[in-house]
Amino acid sequence: MASVNMIKPKARLSNSNILFLIAAVIFVLMYLFAIISFPGSFLQFQTFFDLFNLNAPLIIMTLGLCIVMIGGGIDISIGAVCGLVTMACAVFLESRMGSIGGAILISLGIGIAFGILQGYLIAYLEIQPFIITLSGLFLAQGLLTTLHKDPINVTMGAFVRLRDFDFVISWLGTKNRLGVFIPCEIKPGTIIVVILLVILASLMKWSRFGRNVYAVGGNSHSAMMLGINVKRTVFITYVISGLTAGIAGFVYIMTTGAGNVGNAAGAEMKAIASAIIGGTLLNGGVGNLLGAPIGTLTLLVINELIRAAGVQSNFQAMVSGLLLYFFIVLQSIIMSLRDRRRVSIALPPWLRFPGKGQVASQRQP
Amino acid sequence: MLSETILEMKDISKSFPGVKALDSVDFKLRKSEIHALMGENGAGKSTLIKVITGVYEKDAGLITLQGEPIHFKSPQEAQNKGIGTVYQEIMLCPNLTVAENMYIGRSHSPIVNWKQMNEQAARLLQSLGIPASPIQELASCSLAVQQMIAIARAVDMDCKILILDEPTSSLDEDEVHKLFELMRELKARGVGIIFITHFLEQVYEISDMITVLRNGKLIGEYETSSLSQIELISKMLGNELEDITKIKKYEPHVSDTTIPVLEAVGISSVAGVRPFDFAIHKGEVNGFAGLLGSGRSESVRAIFSADKVTGGEIRMHGKKVKIRSPLHAMKHRIGYLPEDRKGDGIIEDLSVRDNIILTLQVLKGFFKPFSWKQAEAFAEEYIKKLNIKTPTSNTPIKSLSGGNQQKVILARWLLTNPEYLILDEPTRGIDVGTKVEIQKLVIKLAASGMSLTFISSEIDEMLRTCSRLIVMKDRQIVGELRGTDLSENDVMNMIAQGGENVCAQ
Amino acid sequence: MRTMKRSFSHLVLPISILLLLIIINLIKGADYFSITVVNGAFYGNIPNILFGASELVILSIGMTLVTAASRGQDISIGESATISSAVFVLFVLQAGEVTLLVIVVGFLLSCVVGLALGAFNGILVSVFKVQPMIASLILFTGGRSIAFMIDGKLSPILANDISNQIGTVIPGIPIQTPIILTVVFIVCIAMLFKTTNLRLYVETVGINPNAARLNGINPKKIIFLTFLIMGFCTAVAGFIAVNKAGRHDSVNLLKLIMMDAILAVAIGGNPLIGGKFSITGSIIGAYTIEVLNRTLLRLEIEPAMIKVFKAVFIIMLMIIASPVVRASIRKALDRVRTKNPTKGSAAMVSMVSTMDMIGEKGE
Repeated sequence: MASVNMIKPKARLSNSNILFLIAAVIFVLMYLFAIISFPGSFLQFQTFFDLFNLNAPLIIMTLGLCIVMIGGGIDISIGAVCGLVTMACAVFLESRMGSIGGAILISLGIGIAFGILQGYLIAYLEIQPFIITLSGLFLAQGLLTTLHKDPINVTMGAFVRLRDFDFVISWLGTKNRLGVFIPCEIKPGTIIVVILLVILASLMKWSRFGRNVYAVGGNSHSAMMLGINVKRTVFITYVISGLTAGIAGFVYIMTTGAGNVGNAAGAEMKAIASAIIGGTLLNGGVGNLLGAPIGTLTLLVINELIRAAGVQSNFQAMVSGLLLYFFIVLQSIIMSLRDRRRVSIALPPWLRFPGKGQVASQRQP
Repeated sequence: MLSETILEMKDISKSFPGVKALDSVDFKLRKSEIHALMGENGAGKSTLIKVITGVYEKDAGLITLQGEPIHFKSPQEAQNKGIGTVYQEIMLCPNLTVAENMYIGRSHSPIVNWKQMNEQAARLLQSLGIPASPIQELASCSLAVQQMIAIARAVDMDCKILILDEPTSSLDEDEVHKLFELMRELKARGVGIIFITHFLEQVYEISDMITVLRNGKLIGEYETSSLSQIELISKMLGNELEDITKIKKYEPHVSDTTIPVLEAVGISSVAGVRPFDFAIHKGEVNGFAGLLGSGRSESVRAIFSADKVTGGEIRMHGKKVKIRSPLHAMKHRIGYLPEDRKGDGIIEDLSVRDNIILTLQVLKGFFKPFSWKQAEAFAEEYIKKLNIKTPTSNTPIKSLSGGNQQKVILARWLLTNPEYLILDEPTRGIDVGTKVEIQKLVIKLAASGMSLTFISSEIDEMLRTCSRLIVMKDRQIVGELRGTDLSENDVMNMIAQGGENVCAQ
Repeated sequence: MRTMKRSFSHLVLPISILLLLIIINLIKGADYFSITVVNGAFYGNIPNILFGASELVILSIGMTLVTAASRGQDISIGESATISSAVFVLFVLQAGEVTLLVIVVGFLLSCVVGLALGAFNGILVSVFKVQPMIASLILFTGGRSIAFMIDGKLSPILANDISNQIGTVIPGIPIQTPIILTVVFIVCIAMLFKTTNLRLYVETVGINPNAARLNGINPKKIIFLTFLIMGFCTAVAGFIAVNKAGRHDSVNLLKLIMMDAILAVAIGGNPLIGGKFSITGSIIGAYTIEVLNRTLLRLEIEPAMIKVFKAVFIIMLMIIASPVVRASIRKALDRVRTKNPTKGSAAMVSMVSTMDMIGEKGE
């Protein structure tokens, strides 16, 4: 569409960016709505931080899942892997040789092991990702129940201190009813979310690997022809997703302090929903990692809103379903509108291939 | 004076299910040489290219690059060894920016320097006069611009060998000219260029050597200056040339008073074809001529309602009919063999039988399936009639050769006994023998009273079969040619003049 | 007739797995096939498997069609079944006296609900061009909470004779009712295929929607139709499940059954990216999953470990079926054969041909 470029020197937004923009705008509007409706809770900074504090594992998983989805795959094992990690850590920490360093290593190890296994089968043996990660889900769930069936509360001293540790922002906070100033608290999990977000978003934006993932998701055959090692790229996306699931598992137990069979159960579907709301398409090639936390937060704010409005918890799921419906239809309509516009603008022949001189004069400096 | 050889291929063979695409082919490329690889569609040119670049693995043979035996397993390896390629279909990622498409898969630095990349890309785009911005998404560029970007990418790589597989098909004259300048510049730098095109003039304008392939076999290597056009064509076509010249077109008796079988008035579609009028009489074969992208396919697709029609009306036997979907068109006994056989024609995994009966079955209705026996009888009848080479009627169509696949699709439409059949590029990418068969069939069908539209990129095929040629340029009809003694030049002249008329308006 | 003439190579994989599992069971105890008669009805391993897998079989038939036409999967089937069966339960409980008529009307009502839910997903997929998995994510997320709302949050109990008979056995008939219902359902589906062009249309749309359109088939309508059929399947499955259980537990009814249904489709030799399909394969696949579950129980594997074994089993299966693995094994064997042509053992050749037959499904 040379014409558009010449009429308007700024390139039009890419699909990734427009979907991200929609997600961000909707999130901001929703949060404003929440503040206006329930200023008591939503106007507090702590409420905002708690969204991160309590849901850090989900955001972390969504980050990894987004990368897999941008590469054109899907990983539904993440919730179960996360749950497995929490139990493994709990068992390890409660054992005699338990140490926090060891627990971290176990988390990363389990995550990466699942990532490597699934990534290898999907990328190099070309097996359908849904089936493989479904098996991964079964495997992780099975290992989890094999490891330990009953909830374990971690009582190790060092760990409990870590669990209860908060970063206190002394200059930010609210006064409670008695007029006592309560500073905001941030859990270490939130810090990890921010760090991971920065690392992974930069990875996708500024690294060769990240761009290769977009290329593979956009058109894997073309990507191969352009000289990209498609298999290795796909493989690494699954390793990253496994790794983030492992990290999420550690953050999970760091937040709750207990290993439980039900930990992070069903988180994969929440993560998929978050990724979609955040503007990542399941077809691959389109998505923005910054959308991952936005998608998750949108989902969570909705739930908080429903809870604040006094709706029964049973209906929360229904409302989040409706919200998803809204997003999916909106995305679909926007994408098809964009397609239509492209066709109608690109085609008039007098707009195509203007002479050389014309092009040069209208080119941006 | 032949200079140092950079690429040598010996005894290269490659087969696909049902076809031997390459049969011990030799090929040699020297430094500072523009080497045209010629042959009809399906001769094995693209396969040879893909063997060089590691997309396909050769079954047998030896490839040496500057004396070193090579065996590429992926396009990446070929690229690293200094082989740049522009493929016939655009192999770029639509969701990435223009600049990324030019540089992805090339750098070894783990970090992408966007600023530097965009600046470099902008410079390159400007020097080649490509009207695109480095930061726009590739999907928002026209096909021609995308093709130019692919060329820019290949050219910019510091390559020893540049392969251009029909790069000019979507380019206009100006852009082709620019491309040739570029090729000469690269040649002066010592790059060996393999050039594939179906425009003979371009071959004679730019190439030093010509290698001719036919049906997967090597015919020979010639110096361009010592091979005349006629000789080149006869080498490309082989014995088939005689066969082809025997084809005699059928001239129906059409007077101005006869009511046409089908008449389209002011029809246009979302694919962007300008409103046009069109009529065809009983027993007539006409063709749409014009360069790729001139709107040939879009026009016939509008008649068949393959693209959403935005205006105009269609009359059959003088009566206005409502055609708003392919099904309506089929019910009015119009058939359409699409240009893109793989994308729009065959149902890959279904059997030859199911592929043949599909359209008739759809016409018959969802609740009235043919019995197996009946379907088998239809399939067998047409397998025999059209001489379709398939092991059984139960074989999946994807394992047949291109020509036989095309015949199956022809059979599909003939089975519905259409009054008006549109054949959009029925001869593309199939072996020469089948091409001749299809052309003969077209004439036979016309003689039996069917009206046909026959479109082909190879104008001589249309000149042989059509009694009327509709010439298109820039998505509108610029003129019409009739008569028995038309030549390719007449068509080309009309395209050129038509263009001027458009500009004058 | 037509289905008879189709090749059976795609069934090699599911049938060989089923046989393997049965052999394992026979090794474990020779009484595997024994059937006992209790109160005039058959019980034993085989009837139990047929009984246990009935909902899964019905759902995997629908899943096969959806997969074939829309190149994706419906993950909301368990939720749809829960909603439609909630309507059924609500109707039956409000009726007061439970007669056969009440049950039938309740069932038809739940079918209407099932069709509506199928239509909901179908419109999203066909008109709005949303990927099936994402479209059905909506119902997956909100479905159980809708069911909860309908059935009055009490997990109501279906305490009447007719429901009990539908869920277990009808006196005088030796075969358990869900098995009969499943067979009737399969026969209905077979009739549907026989009297319509459903197979041709669905396969055409799944393989090449563009070509389908140019040959007069409306891909949107066909995709929508497969979702309607899926909706009907969920209603029937929900009906059976709720009668089996005797109560409507909207939280756990057919929970995560979509995973097994998708697995059944894959084991049945159907590519999950759409196109050609085999209902027979999926049915065998569904029974295979049930046999696998029961085998693991029978082998007295710790309940906690069952999922691990299941996962390992599926992964092995998928590795065997992987086109890449088969290609490389064939190449390696070719090399062996060309190196010492005299030693090309018959066993190897037969192995390769078996692999080829298995492989035809994957491609």
